[in-house]
Amino acid sequence: MNWTVIRQYLPLYRKAAGLTVRIGLLGIAAAILIGLFCTAVQRSRIPVFRQLVSAYIELSRNTPLLVQLFFLYYGLPKIGVPTNAVACGIAGLAFLGGSYMAEAFRSGVEAIDIIQEESAYSLGLSRGQTLRYVIFPQAFSVSVPAFVANVIFLLKETSVFSAISLMDLMFTAKDLIGLYYKTTESLFLLVVFYLLILLPISLLGTLLERRTRHAGFGT
Amino acid sequence: MSNPILTLSHLTKRFDELLVLDDLSLTVHEGEVVVIVGPSGCGKSTLLRCMNALEEIQGGEIRLHGELVSKSSKNLTELRQKIGMVFQSYDLFPHLTVLENIVLAPMKVQKRSREDASKEAMALLARVGLEEKAASYPRQLSGGQKQRVAIVRALCMHPEILLFDEVTAALDPEMVREVLDVILRLADQGKTMLIVTHEMQFARAVADRIILLEAGRIQEEGTPEEFFDSPKTERAKKFLQTFTFERKRLEQPQSQN
Amino acid sequence: MPDLGLSVLLKGKNFARILGGLGVALKISLVSVAISLLLGTLLGILMTWKNPLSRAILRLYLEFIRIMPQMVLLFLVYFGTTRAFGWNLSGELSSVIVFSLWGTAEMSDLVRGALTSIPAHQYESAAALGLSKRQSYFFVVLPQAVRRLIPLSINLITRMIKTTSLVLMIGVVEVLKVAQQIIEANRMSSPNAAFGIYLTVLLLYFFACWPISLLAKYLERRWR
Repeated sequence: MNWTVIRQYLPLYRKAAGLTVRIGLLGIAAAILIGLFCTAVQRSRIPVFRQLVSAYIELSRNTPLLVQLFFLYYGLPKIGVPTNAVACGIAGLAFLGGSYMAEAFRSGVEAIDIIQEESAYSLGLSRGQTLRYVIFPQAFSVSVPAFVANVIFLLKETSVFSAISLMDLMFTAKDLIGLYYKTTESLFLLVVFYLLILLPISLLGTLLERRTRHAGFGT
Repeated sequence: MSNPILTLSHLTKRFDELLVLDDLSLTVHEGEVVVIVGPSGCGKSTLLRCMNALEEIQGGEIRLHGELVSKSSKNLTELRQKIGMVFQSYDLFPHLTVLENIVLAPMKVQKRSREDASKEAMALLARVGLEEKAASYPRQLSGGQKQRVAIVRALCMHPEILLFDEVTAALDPEMVREVLDVILRLADQGKTMLIVTHEMQFARAVADRIILLEAGRIQEEGTPEEFFDSPKTERAKKFLQTFTFERKRLEQPQSQN
Repeated sequence: MPDLGLSVLLKGKNFARILGGLGVALKISLVSVAISLLLGTLLGILMTWKNPLSRAILRLYLEFIRIMPQMVLLFLVYFGTTRAFGWNLSGELSSVIVFSLWGTAEMSDLVRGALTSIPAHQYESAAALGLSKRQSYFFVVLPQAVRRLIPLSINLITRMIKTTSLVLMIGVVEVLKVAQQIIEANRMSSPNAAFGIYLTVLLLYFFACWPISLLAKYLERRWR
């Protein structure tokens, strides 16, 4: 391992990591919104919308992100939809992540006993108030482990962004290997940077999970 | 009797093919305590749930002060505020403290100030001996304490009638007493209540009127004395027999050693 | 209406070539799944043992594999082994190695989870009935654990199939690569073919994974 080379590459990786995190977080934020929307629609009684949401969830969960990105980035412009790599990256991650978030939230909502809803109604709370003050706060704590797992999963999935020429960590590593044959240093930095991004979230997740479990509900 | 609060007329409730309530009529008057008894599965709980429009009904109607109570009532949330309900178990909101549980609906539904609602909540908690538990979470309470909080939560909305759905059925025997005492005191204060219970001693003590519900119909009704001491119908006699025990000692068969 | 790829798809052996590409992806995933199921089950059982050293080592392996993007693992094996050991692994072999390592880690965690999810009173009531340790394991614990496990392992297959799309990035000619080649070859005659061809690839993946997901969901519901 050549430390001079590593020091020399460091800024490149830092920049790439910034891009990975930025696009990752934007995509995840959008995925959370889509997930909440899907959960709300699935709980509502509007038939066509529910089926559309189910269809979206199946399509999104049963296709790889890389193929979704190829379609968005290379396919859509052919029917006149203007795209750029960053927008495609965010959109792809949101399209993939939305269904995963929806499943996490749904399992949280389903874990809440029906009696909770009924006793809220019996106190005179409306449907909306019941969701807001009684169901969602409880559902969220139940969903925490699945939610954190999804965040980590989606950040890992950003590693395919180099396929649509986004200069993320993978792109940088591949570039440096191809150009200068500094394989060891390039791969070392690649692993280190992904660990720097993902380990804190994973640890935070373990911590949160332990806390919500200790604050456990019921008896 | 004084003026009627809740009137059920020709109530019919079906779960698919199963007839649970069969053309049932009942009037509850102001200040009256009505206790409903009956074998499991006779429709007692369903009856209470219908009164709070938690179940759809297939026939008849429910009126509170002459206003229709149904799932499609426009002012359903207002009607539900006037009908307090305490469930069998686990209906406190686990993510909220005792005090927050009690003041949630007064603040969000009746738009009362936090101060005002908290003051009343604390006073009510003191009356059931739980004021020091105000900041606790439900999981830190015993079953009996939880049910007392649930009663306070319903009371804090100033309901005109309180429904109790087997509130002691899930409790350990030594906790039953503390909950029933609270309900007895409410009866003394003249609260209008409809109580479903399996505790016959308690029913006798608290009720103005006892109703035996079986097969979705009122089989017998009367004062506690009439019902327990001289039941008129065979069904009532048979039902009351299930609460007395006697041991029939058999002759030991000789083939066994 | 300009051609969006349908005619290109129907031209010559193009569709068959794409299916062939999908076949390569499926082959890699099925081989890796088979290895993962076997090794993962073994490791999962090992992980329920109380030996602290073996547990620590397995834990480290599991956590590293699961926290790294599979792309990074592919790069480590494909480029890294060449550098470190002078091996010249083919893209296909590298991917089978990586996906087996990954699948084994995932599978072992599923097995461990299924085994530890059986509540203690099941062991106890089996013991109280007079069953031996081995008997309670085979007649009480395993049948329950397997029911929990099967839907989850079927899900692992779809995850594996989706993950194989990555092998494009280390030069394996699979369905996306074939699609690229076809689009490139017909660039002049049908400049807009990318839309239809990539849509086809998307749908092919969907129809490969969807039935498997449905099966897993069905079994999960039935055996709950």
